[in-house]
Amino acid sequence: MITPDVRRFGAVKDTLKSFGLPRIIIVVFLVLLWAISMFLEIPFPQLLSDTLVRWGMNGVLVLAMMPSILAGTGLYFGLPIGIICGLLGGVIAIELNLVGITAFFAAIAFSIPFAFVLGWVYGFMLNRIKGSEMTVATYVGFSIVSLMCIFWSMAPFKSPAMAWPIGRGLRVTISLADRYEKVLNNFLSFNIFGIMIPTGLILFLLLMCLIVVLFFNTKTGIALKAGGENPRFAQSSGINVDTMRIVGTIFSTVLGAIGILVYSQSFGFIQLYTAPLFMGFLAAAAILIGGASIKKATILHVLLGTFLFQGLLVVALPVANKVATLGSLAEISRIIVSNGVILYALAQHSGD
Amino acid sequence: MKQTDIQTMDPIPSPAHEKRITPDKVKRFLINNLVTILFVILCAVGLRLSGLSMAFYLNDIVSRFARNSFLVLALIIPVMAGMGLNFAIVLGAMAGQGAIIFVTHWGIAGMNGILLSVLICTPIAILLGWMTGRLLNRARGKEMITSLILGFFANGVYQLIFLIMVGSPLIPMKNEVLVLSSGVGLRSTIDLSGGLRYAIDDVIRTPFPQFVMYLSLIGALYLVSVIIRMRSGKVMVQQYSKKRLITLFLLLLAAMIWGLVTSLSVSMINSVRVPAFTMIIIAVLCLFNIFIVKTKLGQDFRTVGQDQHIAEVSGINVSRTRVLAIVMSTLLAAWGQIIFLQNLGAFSTYGSHEQVGMFASAAILIGGASVSKATVGHAILGTILFHTLFIVSPLAGRNLFGDAQLGEYFRSFVAYGVIGVALGLHAWKKLMQAKNQKKV
Repeated sequence: MITPDVRRFGAVKDTLKSFGLPRIIIVVFLVLLWAISMFLEIPFPQLLSDTLVRWGMNGVLVLAMMPSILAGTGLYFGLPIGIICGLLGGVIAIELNLVGITAFFAAIAFSIPFAFVLGWVYGFMLNRIKGSEMTVATYVGFSIVSLMCIFWSMAPFKSPAMAWPIGRGLRVTISLADRYEKVLNNFLSFNIFGIMIPTGLILFLLLMCLIVVLFFNTKTGIALKAGGENPRFAQSSGINVDTMRIVGTIFSTVLGAIGILVYSQSFGFIQLYTAPLFMGFLAAAAILIGGASIKKATILHVLLGTFLFQGLLVVALPVANKVATLGSLAEISRIIVSNGVILYALAQHSGD
Repeated sequence: MKQTDIQTMDPIPSPAHEKRITPDKVKRFLINNLVTILFVILCAVGLRLSGLSMAFYLNDIVSRFARNSFLVLALIIPVMAGMGLNFAIVLGAMAGQGAIIFVTHWGIAGMNGILLSVLICTPIAILLGWMTGRLLNRARGKEMITSLILGFFANGVYQLIFLIMVGSPLIPMKNEVLVLSSGVGLRSTIDLSGGLRYAIDDVIRTPFPQFVMYLSLIGALYLVSVIIRMRSGKVMVQQYSKKRLITLFLLLLAAMIWGLVTSLSVSMINSVRVPAFTMIIIAVLCLFNIFIVKTKLGQDFRTVGQDQHIAEVSGINVSRTRVLAIVMSTLLAAWGQIIFLQNLGAFSTYGSHEQVGMFASAAILIGGASVSKATVGHAILGTILFHTLFIVSPLAGRNLFGDAQLGEYFRSFVAYGVIGVALGLHAWKKLMQAKNQKKV
């Protein structure tokens, strides 16, 4: 016999389960850190502004996980591929000596063809290795980053903003100070209660989300989702699942390219060479914290996850500094949290 | 039944058909060993471009082989159990490294220090292996990516322990050499000279030609014993074709003569000194990996590796067997890291374990292993080839492009690329097999 108490407890347990253990831990942890930061008299509005900026600058990269997950290719650990396309676009825009908002959108325009082609090739490859996408993607991503290291150090770019004064190749970090630094962040930005709202950045993120939502309501988008959910059923109802997987990968790659440009303009620097290596894992962790799994993801997961994850990273640094004067604690907690969350998600779906 | 198809695609030709070499067979051999063949070519070209002398190269490769092959050999058992490449040997390596750090702190040098490190790291590695195995059992079918991420995760915990906790009241440590000036956290490099450095390697050092001589002598003696047993009918004749035995024997004889002649003459190669004791330890592990297949446990590993369901039905505790495979691998990795570090002499506290899983996996794949099949031979060949690339690529990069950094980039591109390509090819083969089966 089930007493009402047990039943109620069961319902609570179900709700907790659907909310996801990592998400609960992160929320509790974040609130706790916020409380500590107030206690330590760290200016809260400053924290919140920083969180908003990092939310906007990382959001599109996290969004790039979504088409891949929905198309059934799992977490998009090939994100470095998209990032490299974005960096290429960004570098070309500087080489052409463009400035301001034009430069930013030109960079996006330049990067999209690269992302499209590479995404297509990559999606084609992923279709040959069904079942091992994530492992192979990780290493393909790593190896392309290393290959591009060779390219960056031999690239025939001439602009003095990027090239070494002597010798060949591009610098490791390229400043965007006189180019398109913070063009989105500063667009229509305003102050409220001491909190700086980066309007343009947030609007751009929401615009990207809107595009993704609209896409998933088109015929192709619905077919893509169906293919990811149940490939066999989709195939038998006339959907070409392999094509849909390629479409999903291309979409993810393009979003990755745009994402890194948004990130760079907010950060103020373009980071080349080995910088993109681990970005895929951080983006994956963010969407998982938002409540996504390796098979299911929504816009809400993207926005919430990015906010929670970045909020945690923003508050962790000053708190760690005040408590123990150990700067590395923030970096360490980032490693543990991001990889812990991915591990949790991987361990949830045994036997698939 | 069809699960064994992967095994039947093995590149090893059966002795009965050995004599005839058809174009089809050559093609198949080339395709099956594509990665290895490409690497042999790459290494040969790189060696030429680097302009290294033979003695210098030999010295380097012998030292690197002794340093690394134990870690590569630690990967074999999980592959046998069908769990793919265990990137989580990083955890074992951390246990070994942690033990070495504490032994260095206590100032215990030489062989005693090594033995103490082994004693300390063994229970920790077993515990970590057990936890890893449990986790991988929850992520069946995704073992490799899970073990990879677990390695990253564990690295965070490692940093937490050695950068934040050591020196604080949690793990008190007072040592001006090891600990940062703030009193908390270890310095980024640890020097083992005067302590554990070469503690295993220096037990016996033999000049390279002599080492080759002894090695081929042992090989020849083993061959003779096989021939004697064949005569008395204890060993099946088909197992070793006569032609093969004679060729092998002649090769060993040639190696022995070369060793003898070189060690008597004046040659730079005589200055290459092999850490023979380390080599013996490696050889023991090789034998262990070979003979475990013949035990009940080894058979369980293989059965589980081929089909978990069939294994379960035939009364094997699949989950337990898989955990055991990971425990053994983690433990071997812990010991392997001790061998690695004593040879290195000084190491980066927060870096030298990080890449262990990746480099070992790249090495064994280069040697011709796949996700479902790895042998001692693959591990040995792969370690030699991979480290040859390590030695030559910066020099080749400098000579070819005037920039050693380019060679380094190329090296990591190849290491990552090889893993990606090898894993991809394997997944593709499996998919094609599944498709073919469906058609039949």
